[in-house]
Amino acid sequence: MSEQQTENPLRDAIAQAIGENDIILFMKGTPEVPACGFSSRAVGVLQALDVAFASVDILPDPRIRQELSALSQWPTIPQLFVRGELVGGSDIILEMYESGELQELVGAEASGDAPDAPAADAPADSGLLQPENLLGKD
Amino acid sequence: MPSADELKQRIEAALPGSTAEVSGPDGVHFEAVVTSAAFAGRSRIEQHRMVMDIFAGQLGGEIHALSLKTKTPS
Repeated sequence: MSEQQTENPLRDAIAQAIGENDIILFMKGTPEVPACGFSSRAVGVLQALDVAFASVDILPDPRIRQELSALSQWPTIPQLFVRGELVGGSDIILEMYESGELQELVGAEASGDAPDAPAADAPADSGLLQPENLLGKD
Repeated sequence: MPSADELKQRIEAALPGSTAEVSGPDGVHFEAVVTSAAFAGRSRIEQHRMVMDIFAGQLGGEIHALSLKTKTPS
């Protein structure tokens, strides 16, 4: 998906971020300062799981949310992706956490060589408009 | 402004054989528990999509939030 170039660089950048991060949360605000109760809840669950996850703040540019929802066919924020698949929003995240399914879903990754440091965190202010900067590589 | 009862009726009409319990005291934030045999064999994300699709275009607008739990009848 991420290899395919379209006329839409922002959507490409989002798809690439989803493809390259095992666990990525699109949210309002940052994990440190969530800007919405639902996003805050999602971050709380991921932090309780003690797994590294990338996050993207959708607030700086309304087009991020537009393109994300067009791509995922999911209208609300937050959105959690694990290994490229949309898992759900805060309701599903919480329900799967309570039932143990989420631990199972991400657990296999966490027991591998996932780094402790959240190195994959996309800087909230770098902007998805610059795909080459998205993951802080280069 | 949509009412909880209106949401309930729309869900039950769109998903034949389903039952929905909907509450939304403030008229913009709603919670729904939907039970439907149509959910069988589908992932949670698909189940939620089936319900949210009913309100496409209204979610995030006049329906600010729809908190959802989906179940299959036991």
